[in-house]
Amino acid sequence: MVKSRVLEERLIKIYKSGEGFFWIGGPGQEAFDVPLGLLIKKGQTLDHDWLHLHYRSTPVLTAMGLEMIDGIRLMKNLVTDKHTHGRNFCNHYAVREWNVAPITSPIEVQYSMAIGTAVAQKRHGGEGITIVTGGDAGTAEGDFASCLIWASRPENPLPILILVEDNKWGISTAYLGQHGEKNISDRAKAFGIKSAVVDGNDVEKSWEAISEAMDYVRNERKPYFLQANLSRLYGHSSASGASFIANEEDCLKTFENELIKLNLITKEKIQKIWDNFQAQSLEDLETARKESPPTAESIWDFVYADSENADWRKF
Amino acid sequence: MANVAQAIRMALHYGEENLGVNDIFGQDVGPPLGGVFTATQGLKTTWNTPLDERGIIGTAMGLALAQSRCVAEIQFCDYIFNTMDLLKIAGNTCWASYGLFPMPMTVMTPVGSGIRGSMYHSHSFDAWATRLPGWKIVMPSNSLDAYGLLISAMKDKNPVLYLKPKALLRIRGDELIPGEPEGEKELKAAIDAPLGDRSKWRPNWPKLTDYSVPIGQGKICKVGTEATVVSYGRTLPLCIQAATELEKNGRSVEVLDMRSLYPYDWQMIKASIQKTRRVLFVNEDTEVTNFAEHLLRRTIEEMFYVVEARPRILAGKHLPGIGLNPILEEASVPQLHDITNEIQELLDETP
Ligand SMILES: Cc1ncc(C[n+]2csc(CCOP(=O)(O)OP(=O)(O)O)c2C)c(N)n1
Repeated sequence: MVKSRVLEERLIKIYKSGEGFFWIGGPGQEAFDVPLGLLIKKGQTLDHDWLHLHYRSTPVLTAMGLEMIDGIRLMKNLVTDKHTHGRNFCNHYAVREWNVAPITSPIEVQYSMAIGTAVAQKRHGGEGITIVTGGDAGTAEGDFASCLIWASRPENPLPILILVEDNKWGISTAYLGQHGEKNISDRAKAFGIKSAVVDGNDVEKSWEAISEAMDYVRNERKPYFLQANLSRLYGHSSASGASFIANEEDCLKTFENELIKLNLITKEKIQKIWDNFQAQSLEDLETARKESPPTAESIWDFVYADSENADWRKF
Repeated sequence: MANVAQAIRMALHYGEENLGVNDIFGQDVGPPLGGVFTATQGLKTTWNTPLDERGIIGTAMGLALAQSRCVAEIQFCDYIFNTMDLLKIAGNTCWASYGLFPMPMTVMTPVGSGIRGSMYHSHSFDAWATRLPGWKIVMPSNSLDAYGLLISAMKDKNPVLYLKPKALLRIRGDELIPGEPEGEKELKAAIDAPLGDRSKWRPNWPKLTDYSVPIGQGKICKVGTEATVVSYGRTLPLCIQAATELEKNGRSVEVLDMRSLYPYDWQMIKASIQKTRRVLFVNEDTEVTNFAEHLLRRTIEEMFYVVEARPRILAGKHLPGIGLNPILEEASVPQLHDITNEIQELLDETP
């Protein structure tokens, strides 16, 4: 959790110092996303889970093993960025060996793509499931309804864990400006999809809820809808300032206090964890600063698979 | 000889059996109907989807991400427009991930006028499609190419949009598909579903063989020396007809079928224009920012001093729709006489 937060705060500093262009990310989602990342069956086949994440999913990937330097390279759009090669925004990851579908900016499209990986997994059998996540405001898009409809067809229910991470905002539009439903997960009921709401700022409750949901999807090969209510701690993005929002619950503080109260860790030890990751992030930034940007010629790479020519000038 | 719809069906069967196609899906694509144009009857892996175009394209993309081969159908291209951003993403996923996620998927959709389809069964999509970098775009104009292009699409590692000219789906080819029985009746009895109850019917597929039309390769349909006509899809046979008519008056017109819109066979087009020094591009999508304008640009940039008459485009009028009444339809998109007249003018122009 700390690693992900430190990475995000480093990315924000990179943005603010003019070394990166745009920041959007997931501080405030760690209590839910880290358990999610740890519970994922990680790998590259249909027996492993498929992930359709969004731009706030950094804690999921950090929990899966993403190194901070990879987030920094992406932020700095360097040639060494192994997710997009300097092409996409920060936190828009793509990891083939972990079945992490390329994260893309258009809101909600991941919910209709998730159907496809779930169709493949359903046919394949085994335990692999598809996990899709996004924000609350995006659920107004048709793709969200597509996911509910296709996942719950009695002829072929799909093994999809449908998540919504509700931070009560869509940029500046408040929850009540869009949602008549009390909980977004209420929509699952109409489709006979099992659902639950969890306090996504609570690590233990999140772990429990995700485990239960995953077990159900893995074994029943049917969809499950889990809504997590959580915080958005640095506002929407760098476009809205990316400054710390003090009046929302900070799940890291909550979790640390709890661990201290239970005598599982000391304040000093916690500080040490933060200091170590801070030092690592600075070291990583220094490394990244020495790395090159992509070349202008690289724009034609991988328009098609295997970089088959796509430039009409050469047809 | 197979018609275009039968050729598509046979290619899909070949794909299921030999190319690892696991899913052929779309609205009414599976049993009992097998597609509104019967192009997916009797196949093993077809299924019906919800009436949700975004879901269909999204599903195809998810399957492609998992590298599971599929062919998805949008019932009419008139209804593909609400998937435009998904098509953009399908085209940029390989690029965005610097090659990590190629997107092997085929989307087929009927296009164009010619069946009195009025406003919402007559749209074209080729001009739009060519604005989707990362996709390959193909459009057959006869049964053999319909078969060979679809096989290439199903083998390709990239998203391929397979545009089916509605007006030609019932037209029979004049070349046999490899493995196709000689007799029309024999083929029909083997692979066309009976009317009425089909629950017990099973097709008896002929032993089909691999036949690919390479994507990016056009075809010289008629050799000529005085002018070049470049087309594809519904208007292609009309161009051949026009050239044949003009031949009776002693005129020699070369007709090229692009077959692939992107990537496209510029070497074929260029060689022909260099020979004839006159060119007309024909298609039926609306004329403003039409794909032919790109080809015209290239013609001008690369052969400004070669051509000896103004290069021309004949395309659909820039209208919001195609009206139902045949008079309206025929006034909106190129017909045989329009093509003949345009070629005649091209031939008559003196520099
Ligand atoms: C289709 C689409 N429309 C609009 C936008 C611009 N946009 C980016 S984020 C956002 C709000 C998303 O809110 P929500 O789904 O609640 O997710 P959150 O950012 O709060 O996690 C909008 C409108 C977009 N990226 N994509």
